[in-house]
Amino acid sequence: MVILNIVIIIFLITCALAIGKIKDLIGAVILFSAYSLVMSILWLILNTPDVAITEAAIGAGVTSILFFAVISKTKRYEK
Amino acid sequence: MNDIIIKNITRIVIPFAQAYGIFIILNGHISPGGGFAGGAIIGTSLILYTLVFGREKGKKKFSHKMSEIAESGGIMIFVLIGVIGIIMAGSFLANQSAGFPQGELGNILSGGFIPILMIAIGIKVASTMISLFNILIDEEKV
Repeated sequence: MVILNIVIIIFLITCALAIGKIKDLIGAVILFSAYSLVMSILWLILNTPDVAITEAAIGAGVTSILFFAVISKTKRYEK
Repeated sequence: MNDIIIKNITRIVIPFAQAYGIFIILNGHISPGGGFAGGAIIGTSLILYTLVFGREKGKKKFSHKMSEIAESGGIMIFVLIGVIGIIMAGSFLANQSAGFPQGELGNILSGGFIPILMIAIGIKVASTMISLFNILIDEEKV
């Protein structure tokens, strides 16, 4: 269980750093969605299934759809 | 989008997503979840319908007027139950002291008015999600 926690936290830190660095905005939204999905698994390990359900529905579902809708109105690549 | 695979998969997936959302809302007071999480799931299924079948068909299923009524109606039910608590027991959202039947612990019909509150919050959150998305995609391209 400790090894699983360490792997998940390393993945989360890598995702968060990559979201800041990446220039492709659609790639950033996909990375953010993966971050939310793994974060919901971490909430489940920490015995908060309530927060896990909300994180999976809001973080991975609705937020990324809203970001995609905004990106479709502007440009895909950051300058 | 005119892809037959995506359309048929969406037709299959949407009822399951909505049934899951309704399950989470109705079990909100005895298991993890509740009005917010279940409403977000139902809202996501409505957004999926609009994405796949287009804005016009989505408007026919769930128009802006209907979403306005659902949004205000959900929060009005919440406030109305709170005001009933004020009248009966003297404090906002008073449950047991206001005389609501409590039921047996662990049943769906228990906890006084909490299931009704959960349904109201679920309606409000679902219509908020779909109207946020509709307002965003109705904007003019900059």
